[in-house]
Amino acid sequence: MSSETKKILTTDGIPLEVSLKKAERKNKIKAFLLVAPLLLFLIITYVFPIGEMLTRSIDDKMVTQMLPKTYKAMENWDGKELPPEDVFEGFYFDYKKLVEEKTFGKLATQLNFEKNGFKSILKKLQRKMKKFEEGNYKEQIMAVHPRWADVEYWRALKRRAPEYTYQKYLKGIDMYENEDGKIVNVPEDRQIHRILWLRTLEIAFFVTLFCFLMAYPIAHLLATLPMKYSNLLMICVLLPFWTSLLVRTASWMILLQQQGVVNDFFVWIGLVADNARPEMMYNKTGSYVAMTQILLPFMVLPLYSVMKTISPSLMRAGKSLGGTPFIAFWKVYFPLTIPGIGAGCLLVFILAVGYYITPALVGGASGTLISNQIAYHMKSTLDWSFASAMGLMLLTGVLAIYWLYNKVVGIDNIKLG
Amino acid sequence: MTVNKEFVKFDKVDKSYDGKVLVVKDLQLDIAEGEFITMLGPSGSGKTTCLMMLAGFETPTNGEIYLDGNAISSIPPHKRGIGMVFQNYALFPHMTVYENLAFPLRVRKIPKDEADKKIDKALSMVSLQGFAQRMPGQLSGGQQQRVAVARSLVFDPQLVLMDEPLGALDKNLRESMQYEIKHIHESIGVTVVYVTHDQSEALTMSNRIAVFNDGKVQQLSSPDELYEKPVNSFVAEFIGENNTFAGEVSDISGSKCKVKLPNAEILANPISIKQKGERTTVSLRPERALINPSEKMDNIHKGKIEEVIYHGDHTRVRINLLGNPEFILKVPNSSSNLDIKLGNEIKIGWNSDDARALDPK
Repeated sequence: MSSETKKILTTDGIPLEVSLKKAERKNKIKAFLLVAPLLLFLIITYVFPIGEMLTRSIDDKMVTQMLPKTYKAMENWDGKELPPEDVFEGFYFDYKKLVEEKTFGKLATQLNFEKNGFKSILKKLQRKMKKFEEGNYKEQIMAVHPRWADVEYWRALKRRAPEYTYQKYLKGIDMYENEDGKIVNVPEDRQIHRILWLRTLEIAFFVTLFCFLMAYPIAHLLATLPMKYSNLLMICVLLPFWTSLLVRTASWMILLQQQGVVNDFFVWIGLVADNARPEMMYNKTGSYVAMTQILLPFMVLPLYSVMKTISPSLMRAGKSLGGTPFIAFWKVYFPLTIPGIGAGCLLVFILAVGYYITPALVGGASGTLISNQIAYHMKSTLDWSFASAMGLMLLTGVLAIYWLYNKVVGIDNIKLG
Repeated sequence: MTVNKEFVKFDKVDKSYDGKVLVVKDLQLDIAEGEFITMLGPSGSGKTTCLMMLAGFETPTNGEIYLDGNAISSIPPHKRGIGMVFQNYALFPHMTVYENLAFPLRVRKIPKDEADKKIDKALSMVSLQGFAQRMPGQLSGGQQQRVAVARSLVFDPQLVLMDEPLGALDKNLRESMQYEIKHIHESIGVTVVYVTHDQSEALTMSNRIAVFNDGKVQQLSSPDELYEKPVNSFVAEFIGENNTFAGEVSDISGSKCKVKLPNAEILANPISIKQKGERTTVSLRPERALINPSEKMDNIHKGKIEEVIYHGDHTRVRINLLGNPEFILKVPNSSSNLDIKLGNEIKIGWNSDDARALDPK
């Protein structure tokens, strides 16, 4: 038999494969159209912003494009001594153009991130520049302010020449590339990001721990109580969920402040003296208390969904086989809840690492997290590329934890419901 | 060797969950050592509650349970040393078969080599050698069941409780497991308390059966006695098939009585009736009635065939007899088949000894 006749044909003579594809095509298109809106939504709201964040964090085109002539001339400058006249000349014409376009302010902001003091000398240059004569720009610019004769400022300018940079990432971990191109720590008294990273991890870890300790018994109770009580308890767990985050945080502020309800109660039962009320807010304690309460349902729900599936006869079997209630719990019940513990801890930890509103409101100076720093750079300093860099570092950290979890516990062991 | 007749003793045990309804009422039950006793009854009859009280997962509201002479109501389940097989096996899903079996031995701090021997023995008893390293999820229902049985026996308990252990298996497997459990019981002589709602399971496996209904033991006797001589109409209805006639006693003398039906009178064996005029339900097993009785039987009546159902080894015939349209006959299929056709009038006969006049329903 030839290969032609071997092909299976449908009754009207079309090869089976072809007609199968034809028949399935409609369904495939339908299926794709059904998920298309979601796909589009994901791309617009997730993939695109994260890509944008990544490019923004390493993008340094702005300065490069503002000073094309300067950087062209700088290519031949070794950076050891003051640059030659052509660099100054290029800078003069670049800057003049920016002044005419009234965009020189942006340059000042950007250069000031690189080295403090740029802003003022650029402003001064802008005022004095109108009276500049043609030729010998080096002398004229250096005369505007002594810093213009400082080679450090020109080196700083040159560092901004590449279109892409990883400086923001270094800054995020309190490091920078010094004049010799070496990566070094910033002076200890100016290190703030490392403290914030560590504090973020610490608070996230303890919040996860507290949530776990509190949620485990609640979830167990929920899973074992008769329906009529467990429904009520479930509502109690979910009720805060339906309340605005801001309202809940504000109510913690009312409870925890020095003249607040909790302190009043402590004084009333004689636990503390009236004049020695402990500070429970605007520090770590505030962040711990409020975040634990707010994130608790995220721990309870996965735990509950796992515990619900564990047959009560397993514990009974453990006991009837001679295990004390503790052994039956520890050897039989607990191992079976690990998927729920993993899911809950991962969820709470990841949420806690990126938490913003609560620490901003009740955290005070010692309770703020890295997310508050990111927000600060987004809103106040407008150093978006630095904010993006830190955001991406946070995202990488979370992915690393996820990866680690997958290695240790296995992600298919997770159960969210 | 003297056998302890009261190895397990339920002494006037009451149980109520809500303080309003008694689930178990004044239960009095003795179980001998080495006995295979089955608690049989419809769901909600209190049989599982009795088992749970024996295992220690429920406490009696009143009364006391004795195990080998010791009151056990205040002993927690893990100190009772009773093996238990659960309805859904309750194997620990995160442990291998070996670890499942090792669990009761480890908590008893039995040295590893001795434990390994016991586990090997228990696994060979249920013919599952070589399955030690499997996870329960990798086993079939029947294999899981056997592991559960092995686990309940591995620590040599004197008493094993089984709570509808075969409920989840299909019919064939269930039957072969019935024999297997029975053989294990016979070979090691452990006392077994078995709970089921399946009467054929109870009849094939047990030494004695306690029929539960409404929180009470209706009858406690051997399987054949239970089937042949039910003491009340609940047991007669619940165990096996049963033809009934409801009527009034018109005469009673010694081992015979006359029961007046709406349009006839039959002779019966008075079991739970004492005097004339009482209402009664007469119960007759289908296989005790014959078609065209040749010998002299003291009840012979005519009926009309309403339905014929072929069952392979026998034929079920539904007859309208003496005002009971649900009278069932089982006719063995032999070569000399009788003329059973729909609509025929036939003669039916039975001995008054087999027609038991019980309490009215």
